[in-house]
Amino acid sequence: MSNSKNYTYIEESYDVVVIGAGHAGCEAGLASARLGKNTIVFTVSMDSVAMMPCNPNIGGTSKGHLVREVDALGGEMGKNIDKTFIQSKMLNKSKGPAVHSLRAQADKAMYSLEMRKTLQSQENLTLRQAEVSELIVEDNEVKGVKTFSGGTYHCKCVIICTGTYLSSRCLYGDVIEYTGPNGLKSADHLTDSLKDNDINIMRFKTGTPARIDGSTIDYSKMEVQNGDDEIIPFSFTTDKESIQKEQVSCYLTYTNEKTHEIIRENLDKSPIYAGIIEGTGPRYCPSIEDKVVKFSDKSRHQLFVEPEGLYTNEMYISGMSSSMPESVQYDMYRTVPGLENAKIVRNAYAIEYDCINATQLKASLEFKNIKGLFAAGQFNGSSGYEEAAAQGIIAGINSSRLIDEMEPLILDRSESYIGVLIDDLVTKETKEPYRMMTSRAEYRLLLRQDNADLRLTKIGYEVGLIDVDRYKKLCEKERLIEEEIERVKSVNIGANKKVQDLLTANDSIPLKCGVKLSDLIRRPELNYDILSPIDEGRPTLPFDVREQVNINIKYEGYIERQIKQVEDFKKLESKIIPESVDYNDVTSLRLEARQKLNELRPRSIGQASRISGVSPADISVLLIYLEQGKYLDKE
Amino acid sequence: MNNSDTIAAISTALSNSGISIIRVSGPSAIYSIDKLYNGKCKLTEVGANTINYGHIVYDGNIIDEVLVSVFKSPNSFTGEDVIEINCHGGVLITRRILEMILRLGIRHAEPGEFTKRAFLNGRIDLSQAESVMDIIESNSEYALNASVKQLNGDVSKEIISLREKIIYEIAYIESALDDPEHISLDGYNERLSGIILEVKNRINKLILSSDNGILLKNGINTVIVGKPNAGKSSLLNILAKKEKAIVTDIPGTTRDIIEEQININGIVLNILDTAGIRDTDNTVEKIGVDKSLDAISEADLIIFVVDSSINLDDNDITIIDKIKNKKCICLLNKSDLDNIVTEEDIKSHINCNIISVSAKHALGIEELEDAIKDMFFHGEISDNNEVVITSIRHKDLLCKCDESLSLVMKSLEDNMPEDFYSIDLMDAYKYLGLIIGEEVEDDLVEEIFSKFCMGK
Repeated sequence: MSNSKNYTYIEESYDVVVIGAGHAGCEAGLASARLGKNTIVFTVSMDSVAMMPCNPNIGGTSKGHLVREVDALGGEMGKNIDKTFIQSKMLNKSKGPAVHSLRAQADKAMYSLEMRKTLQSQENLTLRQAEVSELIVEDNEVKGVKTFSGGTYHCKCVIICTGTYLSSRCLYGDVIEYTGPNGLKSADHLTDSLKDNDINIMRFKTGTPARIDGSTIDYSKMEVQNGDDEIIPFSFTTDKESIQKEQVSCYLTYTNEKTHEIIRENLDKSPIYAGIIEGTGPRYCPSIEDKVVKFSDKSRHQLFVEPEGLYTNEMYISGMSSSMPESVQYDMYRTVPGLENAKIVRNAYAIEYDCINATQLKASLEFKNIKGLFAAGQFNGSSGYEEAAAQGIIAGINSSRLIDEMEPLILDRSESYIGVLIDDLVTKETKEPYRMMTSRAEYRLLLRQDNADLRLTKIGYEVGLIDVDRYKKLCEKERLIEEEIERVKSVNIGANKKVQDLLTANDSIPLKCGVKLSDLIRRPELNYDILSPIDEGRPTLPFDVREQVNINIKYEGYIERQIKQVEDFKKLESKIIPESVDYNDVTSLRLEARQKLNELRPRSIGQASRISGVSPADISVLLIYLEQGKYLDKE
Repeated sequence: MNNSDTIAAISTALSNSGISIIRVSGPSAIYSIDKLYNGKCKLTEVGANTINYGHIVYDGNIIDEVLVSVFKSPNSFTGEDVIEINCHGGVLITRRILEMILRLGIRHAEPGEFTKRAFLNGRIDLSQAESVMDIIESNSEYALNASVKQLNGDVSKEIISLREKIIYEIAYIESALDDPEHISLDGYNERLSGIILEVKNRINKLILSSDNGILLKNGINTVIVGKPNAGKSSLLNILAKKEKAIVTDIPGTTRDIIEEQININGIVLNILDTAGIRDTDNTVEKIGVDKSLDAISEADLIIFVVDSSINLDDNDITIIDKIKNKKCICLLNKSDLDNIVTEEDIKSHINCNIISVSAKHALGIEELEDAIKDMFFHGEISDNNEVVITSIRHKDLLCKCDESLSLVMKSLEDNMPEDFYSIDLMDAYKYLGLIIGEEVEDDLVEEIFSKFCMGK
């Protein structure tokens, strides 16, 4: 900026600055503002608040859990999708309750508008279009940010939620566009400032499929995928009856050998295979090129065709993200049944962006080396809207708690998927965009989507994001569940005709002698609700209470065993490693372990045990070392 | 780490055996011991891994004639400088030398401390540390062999292979949950139950071997029963090859339980000779009889001695009644006299191994030894190439692993959704991991080291 004329620049002060208004930034900004902190949220474009640049849905396997947990803590994502969904489905219903997962198709435009409205009507929150270009850091403590337009914003905490916008470029074939997703402006200046502050930057890649004009699709060649008859809301605060509505359809179709042939012939034109893309892509959300190469024995791959909203005819071709040249894209999409005459509205593309290895962060999501600087979302090497939102709310809460000089909120792996997500990100070096998956949660039978409120709403209340009414309702729900479980375990069922008839009608073996009601609930073919006619003293209870009673009785043995596993887990988690430990002193640690531990500085033996390159033998050594330290302290 | 001090302890059992070894480990080991040592060269000047002949001298007097081994860091058992003094002067002299060493400012080692240092200095891993403990505690050469095998990693190899099988299935189930499009669980239940059964089989083999292994290590608790004067004490004396029990011809002489540890070709028997069981009014003798009955209920093996020169009487029948459900060998003693009681007579009362012996003339003892081997080690003991578990902790973990696998089988039978299988598969995987130190429990490390006997 030239100084030849006497320009003056804006200078303002806030408690918290949030860089980015995607799914992480929105939750972070809302949490911090709701906790009473004067907060400003920057976005490169007011039209991209809570934008969904890739798939048009919220939730899905394990991601649905994250949304429920964000909601249970007092976040916004669940409420926002309840207002703007156009189809809803509980996935994996044939499997155990641990893997049931809610997924809703969103009207993308409405989702974004609703969230923008929520942010703009939030007290203490300012939403501002500007590109943050510089961090102000003094003595390893963040003091504010500067925008590209020259403004200075003083603050106590900064939360970086730059998503895929940081120095991003979009690629397909030989075309490279230096933009963020959807052709939006990228943020090209912040990276240098981060590097100046000794933050290590990585480069990741992800991709999205083409959007096709729905009027050019022949749906008769595809299978219709409808939503559930009875819609279950995401938010524990949403009244179920209020959201039952007409739903749109999705469609299922498949690629075929012809598709694969075209892809194989043109592999050299894909910038990934041509070596143009430097970033690492996600294994768990592969492009169609990757799938064809990796699963070469598969003759077809599933494709879900999903509407992007009610005010557009664009259809998202899930399962076929690509970075092939435009012309090849046309050829390959048109081999798919139903897409023979398809017209592409937006091309598929790959996007590369700057992000960090989140091992530079504490579990509070604050940088280890810069006080007051937090990071959340795709910038931390994750992928997905839900993963971003989950980190966003935690970063928002913890920036507020830092200002209030309170201990940070750290959820552990045994209480939430959020805990698993953040622990993985800050402990394991992420070499590709990190996607939440059911398999990552060791204690998933306890971490169900149906009990997220029972797990986390009390914490949300203590933090200050849950109001007292909601808290009291939760306590009441807890009480009802406990009482009913107690009752069901004590109710005797005799072998009378009514009972035998009901059992026979449900293909269940008739009784030889009297049993407890709970014994019958445990039979695989029966459940709590089916047995209602023979349970005369049963109180009238809401669905969510009945559901908890049923699950807790039915899977009691498994739940108990998992609780035992959690107890073992907690033993190592609770062995805190003093910050003063110098691993170089622990000469019996292997060199690699010493380096890793010095670098990551885990807060507990439990976290240390999850660092790659630290062996169980190293952990034994550490345990003994700590014991001896304790011994010396006592003397 | 507070490893900078030097420690010492007597590392052989304190018995009047020819040689006792004092081990000293730490930075000042060589320098300090040299002050007590008088030989051709100073210990501070000799090379690593040398054995040096000389004397321990105090106030100009020779205390003992010794061989001193010098090991230098990091090439020693503990990874530190180590001195081993082979003393020849018996218990008292050895103790005196140790006292002299301690007076030099060297600390007496805590239980397990040498091994702990070896572990901390990366010389051995946790499962090896455990094996060292086994060796120290083992009572027979077979047990020693089994422990040495464990040290070499045979157990680890088997456990690792089982763990790989389990983790593969866990991974398969998990990836099918995450990527149902590409990984199908159709027909998976049958495959899984086949694999679980195979793993269970192999684990049960290890558990069986552990019964052997633990018996090998700790010995077989054996009770000798028989009515008074059937010849129990004579038998014991022959087995132990020395007079221990009082042998007289007066019935009821043995009024207490006599404990004797004897070694028959490498198998250890912990023998409890009991007072003869008979109805008695003699108070002292009655206490002995009650003790005998208790001992029977806890024994691994009963040796029932019958006087074959006189008819079976009520006392014999009472005894048979008490031992019916135990592993039992019946000895028809006094085979050198007229045989009135025959094998058939016994067989009509109890189903067991019957051997004719003469305790007095040491006849039939070899047959007895063979019978014991057959009963407890399925005749396999001499050909000990199998992986044998010798630790109760390991056995316990194997049993827990087996239980978890049974729970998986139950889930399969109940047709539970696949995601339930992994809960118990994870437990099974973890229990196996705890055996080989691939999983860490917070207090395990301390527990293992606290069990080490002094000095090693």
